[in-house]
Amino acid sequence: MSKIKSLADLKKLSGELKSKIDLREKGDNPESLVQVKVGMATSGIASGAKEVFNYFAEELPKRNVEAVVSQTGDMGYCYAEPTIEVILPGQEPIVFGYVDVKKADEIIEKYIKNGELVDGIIPQNYETIDDK
Amino acid sequence: MKELSLHILDIVHNSVSAGANLVQIIVNEDLAENNYDIQIRDNGKGMPDDIVKQVIDPFYTTRTTRKVGLGISLFKQNAEQAGGYLKIESELGKGTDVIVRFVHDNIDRPVMGDIAGVISMMVCGTPKADFIYSHSVSGSQFVFDSREVKEALGDVSVSSPEVVNYLKEFINSNLEELQIIK
Repeated sequence: MSKIKSLADLKKLSGELKSKIDLREKGDNPESLVQVKVGMATSGIASGAKEVFNYFAEELPKRNVEAVVSQTGDMGYCYAEPTIEVILPGQEPIVFGYVDVKKADEIIEKYIKNGELVDGIIPQNYETIDDK
Repeated sequence: MKELSLHILDIVHNSVSAGANLVQIIVNEDLAENNYDIQIRDNGKGMPDDIVKQVIDPFYTTRTTRKVGLGISLFKQNAEQAGGYLKIESELGKGTDVIVRFVHDNIDRPVMGDIAGVISMMVCGTPKADFIYSHSVSGSQFVFDSREVKEALGDVSVSSPEVVNYLKEFINSNLEELQIIK
């Protein structure tokens, strides 16, 4: 890929992207996407949430997983940062703690792809940040 | 936090939580005066004076999930350790300015780090808000405006995962051109 330097380059790329995304949207609707939310408050950032976010953003499209990766605030689990919340289509959200790049790989391969649970789940009385 | 870009990511989070839909990140490296200035200006809901005094206190936070808020305090500490300062100017209903100065060549000044990654993550992760990032070093300047980016992308949503990497490369190649990063 040539270097993207100007807004014109971005425009050109958006054309290519559009056809790719259209193809994807024809097949399914947004509810069928996997959602990954990465906790990005001070504690999350300080313990490496940014690397984890980048990893998911780069790896999920590469591994052909239809997903939305977004940032969220503090989930109240500062001791276990970086924390992420994963919502598989039609399922309850699950929160994982102490997620580094290696753990992220395991979560993608085992939980996101096959629905197998992996260590590191934060279970008790879980509420999403939106409930607070 | 070891990188200035991570502090910026953290502070911008406050702006977005304060309802800002436009956040400006202005970095100015003045080599002649030996200053490294970072300003984060938002059009969020602002704060009254008594709250502005309190936010510097690590035991003040507006959130309900826990009782400490360290973002501003950590940034301030880092600035002061590098011979600089952090101040906050805010007006209720208008927005907040966080102004941070470092001594440019101070050995304790953290490096900027992956600013392109941070800006692209903010733009893609917060589609409802817009971001302007301007970075100048002795006369040369790069300005990134997410509104222009969204226009260039047309129908493609900024939150599509592929866009993050494009934007990162876009910012990095411009910063390299200006020799802001090598």
